[in-house]
Amino acid sequence: MAAKSIISRPVYGTLSPQPGKHHLFVADAEGALAISDLAAKAPSGFFADAHIIFIPGHDGKHVAALEALKPAQFYQGPTFASALPRLKQTLANAHMGLRLYLAGTEGLIGQAMQVALEAGIDHTSIQTEHRGSLARRIQCVHCKGITENVTTQPATCSHCGLLLLVRDHYSRRLAAFQGVCINAEDRSEIPPTEEIFR
Amino acid sequence: MSTGTTKLDVVVSDVVPANELVTRFHFRRRDGQLLPTFSGGAHVVVEMRDGERTRLNPYSLMGSPLDTREYTISVRRDDVGRGGSLFMHSNVRPGMEMVISYPVNLFSLDLRARKHLMLAGGIGITPFMAQTAQLAAQGGNFELHYTCRTASLGTYADVLRERYDRRVRLYHDDRDERIELDRLLSSQPLGTHLYVCGPSGMIGWVCDRAAALGWPTETVHFEHFAAPQPGAPFDVTLAVSGKMIRVDEQQSLLEAIEAAGVDPPYLCRGGVCGQCETNVVAHDGKFIHNDHWLSEEEHRSCKKIMPCVSRFEGRSLVLER
Repeated sequence: MAAKSIISRPVYGTLSPQPGKHHLFVADAEGALAISDLAAKAPSGFFADAHIIFIPGHDGKHVAALEALKPAQFYQGPTFASALPRLKQTLANAHMGLRLYLAGTEGLIGQAMQVALEAGIDHTSIQTEHRGSLARRIQCVHCKGITENVTTQPATCSHCGLLLLVRDHYSRRLAAFQGVCINAEDRSEIPPTEEIFR
Repeated sequence: MSTGTTKLDVVVSDVVPANELVTRFHFRRRDGQLLPTFSGGAHVVVEMRDGERTRLNPYSLMGSPLDTREYTISVRRDDVGRGGSLFMHSNVRPGMEMVISYPVNLFSLDLRARKHLMLAGGIGITPFMAQTAQLAAQGGNFELHYTCRTASLGTYADVLRERYDRRVRLYHDDRDERIELDRLLSSQPLGTHLYVCGPSGMIGWVCDRAAALGWPTETVHFEHFAAPQPGAPFDVTLAVSGKMIRVDEQQSLLEAIEAAGVDPPYLCRGGVCGQCETNVVAHDGKFIHNDHWLSEEEHRSCKKIMPCVSRFEGRSLVLER
């Protein structure tokens, strides 16, 4: 569970069944476990109006468990990018009464929320639960490039190569944490690298 | 008179009957300047000097926020009310000098919404007059559903239909026309916000159905000014100012506190804004909470009261005022 630091740093809750006409789930890897936990608390018939979009982790686990919930629709894709057209299309056709549940890594939650905000859902109306990796999606403030799956502090920008301090400063619009050059005064100064976002 | 409520010296520039129950009042500044800007959904508190008594009633501004040469309000005559609306109908004439508060908005549009779905009941139409004007000027997407008892009591229904055509849907009780609420709420595109103003029963019904059908609370907006209910007179000790006061049957606790020369802060005088929240020092008796501000837990705790609309029955009440 991510610790609270500055106000822009997202905090996540625990998924719980909401009143609604349709329930859209987007999850990756161990986020499936959050859906299973919700299912244990959900009224019977809850998943008859549910749509699950799932991106399994490298181990490929949890697909059978989610299918066993018998959602009205189930989609499995290799990456978030592959699921994106489906997510956008679903939201574009949705009506009020659709509830959104996001579970898994911060990168998945952030990117799905970014699409939901564009579709007009308030971020406070979205159920979220963080499960699995703490790896971050960061934006380099210098070249604006996005680097995915950052686990170290500092981290190297995959676009411009600057060494970046990974801040807790987060942008919902970009779905990314902010990375700022850590050695702008003296580029020969290389602080030790630690793996802290596992 | 009260902190947070700056006053405007105005003159009544016109008084226009809208139908058998509703009259419209126009105000302009006495110094000829423009009035302060406001946004759709804002209200002003009108001071009524009724002999010895000062009445302070909130009314929604119904004119276009784009025109601040004048403010307009519409007052529905309530023959069994506490007398504010009757005073407006019987005593207020063009040319009369009055004092009103700066506008305050406790029912504003959420302009992030993709669409605004508005539900009005009766005189609850007034804030929507301003909100629709504001949205129409910005090319905003809205739809107004307006219920009234009869066509002749559908205040401004003709104006709204003329201005916005099919974006306005009317329902007449005497023709058994009812809003198909569940169907209406379930057919709205994602990103719609809901606004409701009308009788408390209607507000409760709409909010309950919206919650059950999966509308997040952030997307549901309502305004209900609870007019202070009359009740048995009671005595109150004001601990800070060291005064003993009596609240008459037709008077609100806030009005009685003000009549004793103590000025608590206020904005809405209808139990929604939270400004006049008052701590209870001691009590022996029962609170009659009528506000929409304090939580149920706070109501049960007997440690706070909203003097604008709530009352007390019992032996003694000491307030931190």
